[in-house]
Amino acid sequence: MKNTISERIFDFLKNYPPFNLISNETLMEVSQNVEIQYFEKDQIIFSQNDNPHEHFYIIYQGSVRLYRFVENEKLMLDICDEGDLFGLRPLIMNENYVMGASANEETILYGIPIALFHDIILNYPKVSQFLIASFATNTREPFSEKHKGKLFANVSAIQKIEHGFSEIQSANYNKNPISCSPDTTVQTACIIMTKNIINSIIITENDIPIGIITDKDIKTKIGTGLYKITHKVSEIMTSPVVTFHQNISVAEAQIKLLKHKVSHLCITKDGTNKTELVGILTQQDLILTQGNSPSLLIKEIKNAKDAETLKHIRTKATELTKGYLEQEIPIYFVTKVISEINTAITKKAIRLSVSEIGKEPPAKFSWLALGSQGRKEQLLMTDQDNALVFENIAPAEYNRVKNYFLELAEKVTEKLHIVGFEYCPANIMASNPKWCISLEEWEQQFEEWITDPIPEKILLSIIFFDFELIYGDELLNNKMAESVFKTIEKNLIFLSFLGKVTLDNPPPLGFFKQFLVEDNGENKDSFDIKSRAIRPLVDAARILSLHHNIRVNNTIARYEKLMEVEPQNSDLFESCANAFKILLQFRTSQGLANNDNGKFVDINSLNKADRLKLKSCFKPIKNVQEAIKLRFKTSQIPQI
Amino acid sequence: MIRFFKKKRYPEFWSTHIEKVQNSQKYANFEDIRFVALDTETTGFDYENDRILCIGAVAIKNNKILVSDSFEIYIKQAIFNKETVKIHGIRKDGNEIKLSEEEAIIKFIDYLDDAVIVAHHTAFDVTMINQALNRLNVGPLESKLLDTNYIHKKIAKTDTYKKIFSLEELCEIYNVKMHDRHTALGDALITAYLFLKQTAKYKKNNPLNLFDLINTNYHLLK
Repeated sequence: MKNTISERIFDFLKNYPPFNLISNETLMEVSQNVEIQYFEKDQIIFSQNDNPHEHFYIIYQGSVRLYRFVENEKLMLDICDEGDLFGLRPLIMNENYVMGASANEETILYGIPIALFHDIILNYPKVSQFLIASFATNTREPFSEKHKGKLFANVSAIQKIEHGFSEIQSANYNKNPISCSPDTTVQTACIIMTKNIINSIIITENDIPIGIITDKDIKTKIGTGLYKITHKVSEIMTSPVVTFHQNISVAEAQIKLLKHKVSHLCITKDGTNKTELVGILTQQDLILTQGNSPSLLIKEIKNAKDAETLKHIRTKATELTKGYLEQEIPIYFVTKVISEINTAITKKAIRLSVSEIGKEPPAKFSWLALGSQGRKEQLLMTDQDNALVFENIAPAEYNRVKNYFLELAEKVTEKLHIVGFEYCPANIMASNPKWCISLEEWEQQFEEWITDPIPEKILLSIIFFDFELIYGDELLNNKMAESVFKTIEKNLIFLSFLGKVTLDNPPPLGFFKQFLVEDNGENKDSFDIKSRAIRPLVDAARILSLHHNIRVNNTIARYEKLMEVEPQNSDLFESCANAFKILLQFRTSQGLANNDNGKFVDINSLNKADRLKLKSCFKPIKNVQEAIKLRFKTSQIPQI
Repeated sequence: MIRFFKKKRYPEFWSTHIEKVQNSQKYANFEDIRFVALDTETTGFDYENDRILCIGAVAIKNNKILVSDSFEIYIKQAIFNKETVKIHGIRKDGNEIKLSEEEAIIKFIDYLDDAVIVAHHTAFDVTMINQALNRLNVGPLESKLLDTNYIHKKIAKTDTYKKIFSLEELCEIYNVKMHDRHTALGDALITAYLFLKQTAKYKKNNPLNLFDLINTNYHLLK
């Protein structure tokens, strides 16, 4: 039956996530069951602690304030506008609202029946993923266990995808298949196979594949004496062959091989066994495809003879990053791959430099990556941050040794510069005499930073404490790490100072139209995603890791470790890790799109889904900052 | 005894209608009342000779417009007026599924239940429906009636005694977006929005109860 109203509602909803993710029939059913509500300016939609409604809401016209009373103080949490969802709590758990909502101006809401949406969540993994991205990171009491289950159970659906990344890659196959005619003898066929070092041969008639012989056939049919080597191949071949078209993905190939219980697929022009043979795909090819490109790049790096070649390879790695992001391969995996490539490039630059100098290093040393490279989170070509430590040296030898390493560092940083890693503007590089020092000097340096935490020293410690061994002696690196943790243990007040700095960058509340909604009421239309969202999460992970003596640098790995160490807060840390992944992916895509470092995001260029996605990351930042404020008693630290 | 005989004479749908409206317990409590915002598209403005082409209606309860409780029906035409096709876009042999006038009216009365009718220039729509009922030898509608035009006159501070407000004018005043004008259900929805906004304004200065609202409508009371 025609219904003009629900058709109009349908047209509105389909513009906004998650409604754009569900089928037309389902969306029509939702549209037919909407309740339309009108609210005057400042009218309350629901109050904090109210019983949950049977609907959640999407704003059709106007805007809505979300607020919360904490000890009689009214805190504004967010302003939502057209297309924003709110009041989703009942969808997740049957609990009273933890925040209030009131109309910021004259507002018309569409109430979406929660009962209808429960089924949609079950049937549309993408909808639950969207809701997780928007709201799982959004839980108000992240310190409680009870949020587990229901909607969050779907998190496993996301994690599954993380491990299946290669399935969407296209499969590589042999494009020069070896074939023979049906009247070839088994002996001749075996000679061809042996000569070409292949384990199968395809029998073709006018280039059309009609059968296949594999090693297994030789074993079971010839070796057992059932047939003789003088028989024709057509008598022992397996026929017909299993075929597939040329655009075959790893997943499709795997399924096809499993389904037909075969080890070889014939690739033909149109995918049927009636057209020309163009290739052969084996189980072996599939194994090689997985992780193929990065390992090839690493191999190329090892064979590189100069910095120019390394630059060329690094450009290819950028292409690889782009491809990964387009295929929506999980960011954690992408960072791992790119970090491995960056590490390999730095190692190669060091080896090349050593051979240029023509003298082996006069002492044990370690080349350390700092900052984002140290945390293995560097996806774009950013500045280089590095340092060098060498073993303790007798005073008489000191200058000679230091000069060698300074010369080495000079050459390495120059090569990295050629590759595309800009020189660090603050000169935090191993070529700086201040950051090319012996182990005992580093230990003194750390002690000085930790015991006298003035702002400049805290900033340096933030950069240097994320050091990661790239090349050289592991023992030196471990000793440095030990000295950091030992000194902090004796000077716990340092963590409070560090915590204070960590809190300097509170996340914004959210977006309102093209503006950021700030806690202090200030609006901005471009968003510094690095300082306002990524860095706070990185800083929080660092301070908590230093606190727990967790010796990993990668922010995601740190949060994962923290989940183990503090199971009571695992929800909080999980939400932080998820938010960090989203933000890093966001920054990288923005950076690749604009060919810059992705630091600033133009909010006008964001669509609704992106804005919601970004916004969802702010809440965990706020929560983890609250936790730091309490734990490290940062309010007791004087203003610095 | 008299009622008993009456009941016998009327077709079932009509006696049910009378009974439901007369026995409804909902009118005393505003939150319990089911309102039906209504609009009709007709072949013209002549009560005798023109006919209803389409009825659109959507229910309102407790300040919510219930899309699931809406009604849209098209009626087969014996009489056809080329001029009004330009306005409502309903052609004689359009694609909509069309019912006979009798079927449509019975369906509508059934949908209406004990609801209070809200329309813009209610007298017109209700008279058109009553004419159709008359052709079935029943009617007029027993339902209680409201008119957004008269509710506005009560709210408006200025002297608007003689002014008749069009739907467009009210949309302007109450800031209602006009979608799907001149489809019955589109106009019904606009009327529903107006009604929600009007009652919100009305209750700031007056206690909100059905009988006072009905009393705004001196024209329909006559």
